[in-house]
Amino acid sequence: MRSVTPILAVLIMAAAVSGCDKKPDQSKSSDAAGDKAKQAALEAKLIDAKPGDTIAIPAGTYHLDTSLSLNVDGVTIKGEGMDKTILNFKGLVNGAEGMLVHASNFTIEDLTIQDTKGDALKINEGENVIIRRVKTEWTNGPATSNGAYGIYPVQIKNLLVEDSVAIGASDAGIYVGQSKNIVVRGNRAEQNVAGIEIENSSDADVHDNTATHNTGGILVFNMPNLPVPGHSTRVYHNHSVDNDTGNFAAKGAAVASVPAGTGVIVNSNREVEIFDNDIANNQTANVIISSYFSTGYMNKTGVSDAYDPYPEAIYIYGNRFAGGGDSPDGLDLKTLKVAMFGLTGHIPDILWDGYVNQAHLVDGKLDPKRGLCVDNGDAQVLNADGPHKYANPGVDKATYACALPKLPAVSLTGPLAAENGKS
Amino acid sequence: MRHALFSLVACGLALVGLGGCDRSPPQPKFFAESNPEKLSDWGVVAASGGRLVLGNGVVPYDLATPLFTDYAGKLRTIYLPKGTEATYQPANAFDFPVGTIISKTFYYPTPDGADKMSGQVLPALATDTQSGADGLDLKSTRLVETRILVRREAGWQALPYVWNDDQSEAVLMRTGTIVSLTLDRRDGTSEPVTYAVPNVNQCASCHTPDNASRQLAPIGLKARHLNRSFPYADGTENQLAHLTRIGYLAGAPAADTAPRNADWQDQSASLEARARAYLDINCSHCHSATGMARTTGLQLDAGVTEARRLGLCKPPTAAGPGTGDHIFDIVPGKPDDSILPFRLAGTRPGIRMPEVGRSIVHREGLALIRQWIAEWPGECQTE
Repeated sequence: MRSVTPILAVLIMAAAVSGCDKKPDQSKSSDAAGDKAKQAALEAKLIDAKPGDTIAIPAGTYHLDTSLSLNVDGVTIKGEGMDKTILNFKGLVNGAEGMLVHASNFTIEDLTIQDTKGDALKINEGENVIIRRVKTEWTNGPATSNGAYGIYPVQIKNLLVEDSVAIGASDAGIYVGQSKNIVVRGNRAEQNVAGIEIENSSDADVHDNTATHNTGGILVFNMPNLPVPGHSTRVYHNHSVDNDTGNFAAKGAAVASVPAGTGVIVNSNREVEIFDNDIANNQTANVIISSYFSTGYMNKTGVSDAYDPYPEAIYIYGNRFAGGGDSPDGLDLKTLKVAMFGLTGHIPDILWDGYVNQAHLVDGKLDPKRGLCVDNGDAQVLNADGPHKYANPGVDKATYACALPKLPAVSLTGPLAAENGKS
Repeated sequence: MRHALFSLVACGLALVGLGGCDRSPPQPKFFAESNPEKLSDWGVVAASGGRLVLGNGVVPYDLATPLFTDYAGKLRTIYLPKGTEATYQPANAFDFPVGTIISKTFYYPTPDGADKMSGQVLPALATDTQSGADGLDLKSTRLVETRILVRREAGWQALPYVWNDDQSEAVLMRTGTIVSLTLDRRDGTSEPVTYAVPNVNQCASCHTPDNASRQLAPIGLKARHLNRSFPYADGTENQLAHLTRIGYLAGAPAADTAPRNADWQDQSASLEARARAYLDINCSHCHSATGMARTTGLQLDAGVTEARRLGLCKPPTAAGPGTGDHIFDIVPGKPDDSILPFRLAGTRPGIRMPEVGRSIVHREGLALIRQWIAEWPGECQTE
C-alpha cells in the first residue's frame, strides 16, 4: 500500500491541475445531499408514525446532523442488524441526544447508534419498552467528552434490555433510571465509566451480562432529590471481569466517584442481591458496598432530607471471585491496602465503606435485616471505616455471616410477559 | 398561478376604483386537520407590500422576558375564532378554544445596504426591534421561520414554516432545517450561527409541560409572561387587559393582582426577580415537577421556592460531561464553580442548555445568571 499511495496522490494532483477536480467535489456534495435526504425521510417516518407501525431502517451508515425523536406509542424501530444499520451522529448540530423517545409500547432493535454528542438512546417515560440488539458506541474509545449514557431508559415501567452492546460512555453504558420492573440480560458493556447501572429503580433483574474493561462493571445506585428511590435489585450470573479503565467521567457526575477497577458496586441502595456471578480481576475490589458519604457530594443544603444515603439489606452469596484488589484506585485506598495487606497483598473481595445509619441500630448493632450478609466461601469483607477516615479498618468474615430473605424473580408483565424466561 | 392572476386583476381594479392599491389584510383560516404547505394559507401573517402584515383579528403580543433563540427577534401573534374566548389560568397556559392559531415569526435585522439573504444578520436587541404592533417593516429584515401552534380537536399541533429566498412566502418544513447565518455583533466581531428550525417532533420537546400526558401546550401565553404593557396600534395597554377587552380572554383578574414576571433587562427590578424570570422562560418548559427534565430533580419554574430544587448545592443527576467538572448545580457566590452557568455558556450539543433552540451563547443572559449566583450568600459544605 505504501508504495501505491504516492502514485495515487500524483494522479489526483494531476487530475486537479488539469481541471478534473470537479468530479470528486460533486460526489462529495451529492453524498451530503443524499445524507440530508435520508435524514429527512427518516425524520418524516418518525413524525408520521402511527401506533402499530414498524419503522424499518435499511442497512447502511446514516450521517445525521439532528437528533431523532419519536413521540408516538406502539412503534417498533428496526434495523437490519447491529453493525449493519448504523446511525452516526458525529456531525450533530441540532438537539443533544442521538435518539430521543417519549413513548410506551416501544421496541427498538437491530441497529447501532454511534458517536453522539449527548446520550445515544434516551427513552424518557413510558411503559412496556424493549431494547434488543442495539449497540451504542463512541468509536474514539473512552473520553470525557463522550456522551454520558449509551442506552438510557428512564421512568419506564416494564422494561427489557437484552443482547445489546454499550461501549465508551462517559457515564454509564446501559443506564436504567427511575424505572420499575426491569430485566437487563445478555448485554455486553465495555470501556464505559459504568458498564451497567441501575439507579433509583426498583425490581430489577440484571443477569447473564458481561461487563469488562469499564471503570466499574455493574452499579446499583440511589441518587438524592429524585422523584423515587430504588430498591430490590438482583445481580446474578453475570461476568464482571477485568474492569480496569481509569475513571474518565467529568467531576460531579454520579459515577466520577467510582474507583477504577470495581466489579460490582452498590451505593446508597437497599435490598440488593449479588449471587452466582463471575467477578474477577477488578483491581480496586471485586465488590464495593458504599454510602453516599463516600461520593464526596453529601451536604445538608443540596441533598433532600428524605434521601437515604446508606446501603442496607445487601446479600452476597455464591459468587465466583478471583484476583482483584491488587491495585486500588485513589490515595486513601492505596494507603489502606499497603498498610493492611502489604505491597503484594490485595484488598478482600468485598470492600465496605463502613457507614451505618445510627437510627437503625438495635442494642448498638445494625438491625440484622438491614445489614450486609455474605455467604460466599472464603470471601472476606474489608470494613474500611470511612466514618473515621479509615482509622480502624478491619477484615472479617464471621460478622457478615448471615442471610436475608431472597428477592422474588422479576416477572415482565403485559405485552412483555412472553419474554419471561427467554435468554 | 390562478390566485396570483386574480390578485393582479383585483389590484388593477382597485387602482382604477380607489386610485391606490389597497391591500386588504389576510383573513385567518383554521385548518381542522390538514396542514397547508404555505404559511399564507393560515392568513395570520403574510409578506405584503414590503411588510409582514397581520391578518384580520390577529393580535400581536410580547413576553415580559422571552426565550433566547440565537438573538433572533420574534413577532408573536394570536388569533381566536369569532365568538370564542380563552379561559384564564393563574399558573399554566390559558385554556384556548379549538380554532386558536398562534404564530411566532423569527427574524433578524440585517445591516444597512446588505443583501438580506447574504446570511449577514444583526442581533435583535430590545432597543431597536420592531414591536410588531403594525406588523414588521421588511426593508432590513431577514425572515427565517414562522412557527404555527394550532389548537385542534385532538389538541395542540406545532408546524414550522421556513421563509423562502425571496422572502415572499414560508413553506411547511416538518422535518426542520439548518440555516447558516453570520451574526454581526455590532462590536466589530461576528460569529457563525447554526440556526436550527426544529422538526415537528422537536417542537414537542419544549411544548410538553407534562411529560406523562405528552399533550402539547403554548409556553408564553401564561399570565406571568403576558402581564406587561404592549404598544398596540391604537395605544399602549396591559396585555391581559387588552385581551380581556377585545373578548379573547375571560376570567383574568386586574393586571396588578395577576402574577407578573420581571423583564430580565429592567434594571429597576430586583436581580432575583430578573434571574428567576430568565430561568423560568428559558428552562422551565422542561425543568419543572412535570416536565421532561423532572428526572433531574432541578426545577426552575417561577413557582419554586425551595433553593435546593433551584440547584443550590445540588449534585447533578445525569449531566455527564455537562458538569464541566463542577460538583453542584449552584455554588453560592461562585458562578465559576457552578454547573448551571457552565451549561448556559456551552455551545456543544450535550453540554449546552437548553438542548434545542440555541447554538450560540446569550452573553447578557449568562451575565445575569452569573451575577445572581455571585451575590448568593452561603456555601456548600460537604460532609
